[in-house]
Amino acid sequence: MSYPLVSLPVAATPYAEKVEGLFWAVTGVCTLVTLGIAVAMTYFCFRYRSGAEVDRTLPDLAAGKSRSRRIEATWIAVPFAFFLIFFAWGAKLYYVYDDPPDNALQIFVTAKQWMWKVEHADGRREINELHVPVDQPVKLVMTSQDVIHDFYVPAFREKRDILPGRYTVLWFEPTLAGVYPLRCDEFCGTGHSMMTGRVYVMSREAYSRWLASGSQAPSLARLGFDRFRELGCSGCHGPSSRIHAPSLAGVYGQMVPLSDGSFVRFDDGYIRDSILQPARQIAAGYSNDMPPFAGRVSEQDLLELTAYIRSLANTSPDVPQGNHLQ
Amino acid sequence: MSVNADLAGRRANDSESEVGLWVFLASEVMFFGLLFYGYTITRMAHPQAFAIASAHTDVLLGSLNALVIFTSSLTVALAARSLRLGAQRASFWLLAVTLTLGVLFLAIKCYEYYGDIDKHLVPWGDFALHGPLAGGERMFFFMYFVMTGAHAIHLTVGLGLLAFMLAGVGRGAYTQKNTEAVELTALYWAVVDTVWIFLYPILYLVHRS
Amino acid sequence: MSTAIVEPALPEPEGNYLENGYSLRSWLTTTDHKRIAILYAVTITAFFFMGGTAATLMRLELISPTPLIMGAETYNKLFTAHGVIMVWFFLIPSIPATLGNFLIPMMVGAKDVALPRVNLLSWYIFVLGGMFVIVTLIAGGIDTGWTFYVPLSTRYSDTQVVYGVVGIFIAGFSSILTGLNFIVTVHRLRAPGLTWFKLPLFVWAIYATSIILVLATPVLAMTLVLLAMQRVFGLGIFDALLGGDPILFQHMFWFYSHPAVYIMVLPAMGVASEVISCFARKPVFGYRTMAYAIAAIAAFGFMVWGHHLFVAGQSLYASLVFSFLSYVVAIPSAIKVFNWTATLYKGSITFEAPMLYALGFVGLFLIGGLTGLYLASLALDANLSDTYFVVAHFHYIMVGGSVMAYFAGIHFWWPKITGRMYPESWSRLAAIVIFIGFNLTFFPQFILGLEGMPRRYFEYAPQFQFLNILSSAGASILAAGYALPVLYLTWSIRHGPHVGRNPWGAKGLEWQTRSPPPVENFDVPLRIPERPYDYDPEAEEAKRK
Repeated sequence: MSYPLVSLPVAATPYAEKVEGLFWAVTGVCTLVTLGIAVAMTYFCFRYRSGAEVDRTLPDLAAGKSRSRRIEATWIAVPFAFFLIFFAWGAKLYYVYDDPPDNALQIFVTAKQWMWKVEHADGRREINELHVPVDQPVKLVMTSQDVIHDFYVPAFREKRDILPGRYTVLWFEPTLAGVYPLRCDEFCGTGHSMMTGRVYVMSREAYSRWLASGSQAPSLARLGFDRFRELGCSGCHGPSSRIHAPSLAGVYGQMVPLSDGSFVRFDDGYIRDSILQPARQIAAGYSNDMPPFAGRVSEQDLLELTAYIRSLANTSPDVPQGNHLQ
Repeated sequence: MSVNADLAGRRANDSESEVGLWVFLASEVMFFGLLFYGYTITRMAHPQAFAIASAHTDVLLGSLNALVIFTSSLTVALAARSLRLGAQRASFWLLAVTLTLGVLFLAIKCYEYYGDIDKHLVPWGDFALHGPLAGGERMFFFMYFVMTGAHAIHLTVGLGLLAFMLAGVGRGAYTQKNTEAVELTALYWAVVDTVWIFLYPILYLVHRS
Repeated sequence: MSTAIVEPALPEPEGNYLENGYSLRSWLTTTDHKRIAILYAVTITAFFFMGGTAATLMRLELISPTPLIMGAETYNKLFTAHGVIMVWFFLIPSIPATLGNFLIPMMVGAKDVALPRVNLLSWYIFVLGGMFVIVTLIAGGIDTGWTFYVPLSTRYSDTQVVYGVVGIFIAGFSSILTGLNFIVTVHRLRAPGLTWFKLPLFVWAIYATSIILVLATPVLAMTLVLLAMQRVFGLGIFDALLGGDPILFQHMFWFYSHPAVYIMVLPAMGVASEVISCFARKPVFGYRTMAYAIAAIAAFGFMVWGHHLFVAGQSLYASLVFSFLSYVVAIPSAIKVFNWTATLYKGSITFEAPMLYALGFVGLFLIGGLTGLYLASLALDANLSDTYFVVAHFHYIMVGGSVMAYFAGIHFWWPKITGRMYPESWSRLAAIVIFIGFNLTFFPQFILGLEGMPRRYFEYAPQFQFLNILSSAGASILAAGYALPVLYLTWSIRHGPHVGRNPWGAKGLEWQTRSPPPVENFDVPLRIPERPYDYDPEAEEAKRK
């Protein structure tokens, strides 16, 4: 099979297109500067080569100095102006796109040497593949089981490192259906270059068919509900519990007060930290009674529990828990 | 020496070595600075663990060492001053006291390490502290051993310098006319002391009120 | 024109520093900065070829998208060895410890550096560190990359990380002592009348480099200590399993390693200023600006390390600050490129080998620097980080830049160092071959990065193969180009024509003395000029007619 000599990846998201725009603008300016300097150097080298009979008199010292200063000031100010534009343009793009939208489809990614484990909210699992629908924001919540990895999709012009012991987030909204390479982009050991995969961006129909053909496995949230009961969480956090523990219904995504007066967002990272080491951030009005679960829950358990608690985002504390799950 | 120096008819040695020593001190600030930075970031993420772990350090021995080293800093400064004023014997004995105090510091430190090992405060292996904050507590003791170890190595180098100065003053190689080496040693010792001034509270006094 | 005549202190016997003892012992116990420079030159050349062999093997393997002559583990060990050796055992010492050692005392009118025995100690420490690296290679190598990210290097790699890290730690002290020596020398040993703004820009560059060496290297040393402790004892403050922070390591590592790249490029800039002004027969345009730019690069170079962590999990606000400062640090570099170009204007230009290398340096440094602008942008870096675009960027600066400038310097000062001249045609040919080979090797890599090929990839997608083959072809040309100077420079030591004091007609105090210089550098009264680079192109032209 023959390949074109140069093939830049397609830009599959609106963000990627904007990044391409910035790329070409910077390339245009840099090309002009390179050509300009190259031409100037070549011209000077030719015209002022030794033996060439040209006028080499420089202006007298005083006039020359002020002229030099003006020239230098220009070639300091002009690049600085361009740099400010490049900085602001790139920063703005990045800043605006930093926060995933609320309606983003959340998918968990666990990276390990040397493969990608993907878990959809409905429980569907994939290895080294990610199926997403077109025109739908997708938010990846990622963690590593071992070393630092990196989720890189050239077609989306984005990447994010994946760390052990933490969640990192990458989001995108592909608007162009297709199959795009996924490559690990943080050196992770012997199999680093083999840690590749594919992102399938599918049309609505194709995605529905794919969903329907999916496994009958219970959703992550359902599994999380089971875990919630098995580990005894419902003993304190359940609606009929007599223990004074904060309700988990209707708080996901909100800012919640802590006992030291500060506020924290009730997000996946907070849920994870609270399960592992609750003593570090105690909810306002409560005491340090929750036992830590570090060492008693696996990463998989954490994903499932987090998915379950997230599913309570729009429920009220009085409704029996689990009713909203399939 | 240099052309510059010979022409000027003075010995440029003094200012040369002094520039050199200030540069060296700047690099020392960066050495220890990095360790303090690592400590600070880790402590900011694990404040309770650090407080609890710090309570297990031997504050009595740490404070005793602080006293020992502050005193030695005074004696070495006096030793340099004495030499400048021509009091050769006084300088000799002050250097001897400084050296003794330095050795005492190391001895106390060794005794303290022995105790730490005995109490299973060495973070690798069988660590005494358990519970949910154990991770942070282990990291505290990791930094405790690394930072006090680095300090002890610098102090030992200082002991070598002091011994050298003692011998030099003793046999008259360093006199009122030739105080530079002793002054620079005193400056180095002051740095070793200053590092301990910062180490002591962050290792022994976290949340000890 | 001259303001001061400085007499040498002692009557200088006939003979030069090379004749001052022929035994190995006289070399290994020397405190003569010129001999120490040569000791370093020999050592770093050996390391250059070791690192270059690793690169050659890598590029051979990368001809094929699937395994060709080695497995993944070997490949990973090769690129780690290449990075560790080239960064710490070739580039960081290269210009400062060789040309810097040889020239700084002469450029300030002194007999030697301020601390000659410390200078020799520096070299021995360097060799000791290097031996650890060699031991590491023999013991099977390291496969973590020269950046040693945790937890790969502390828990998951089963290679000789500790040996390698100890070697780098030891070599760091060589850097610190060399930097210290230069700072004291420039401050204290300048000849009377030689004020700061009469010093050649090479001295400014080495001085600024020395500040960075002294302040940044200790940070690396302790970072490596923390790394080694964590690896040996199984826990540490970078350990996520304890609640530690792997990104803390990255902050610490890059706080040194970014200024380190300025250690590698500032001396090259110093050489370029010397060579271009000499062969254009014209003072460097905007001398004061150039000096301030050197200082600005050194200062701002300490403030941009976070641009290596844009996608690592660093906060958005920190990234914004680092992105802005990364653009700021580009400005003094841009100024220097413009000023070198302007130096050519109305000069009287000839194209000997040093000038070819220096002009090549300016062009390739320009391209390398411009591509840095992409990486300073948050949005563009999120795409290009850790791809071949970055590999191409830093090779344009470090190889197209620093190595070319090192060669420019070696060729420029070779007659002064050895008293002999090398064959002109061969040297120009080598410069051209190196320039072509370099561009063919590394320009395709920009495109590979844009196409989405990650770095440190042993196997790659088949559509990347054509550009990889181009790059490997270029590497073979580059290798041939590098072999040429080894041959003709070595030849010239015995068979090259003898030269006088100043074969290039250059300004600068080192050109006032014999070639090779006497042991204590100067045998005639020094003429300290009114201003540095007091070239006169019109007079030159008149002379040449």
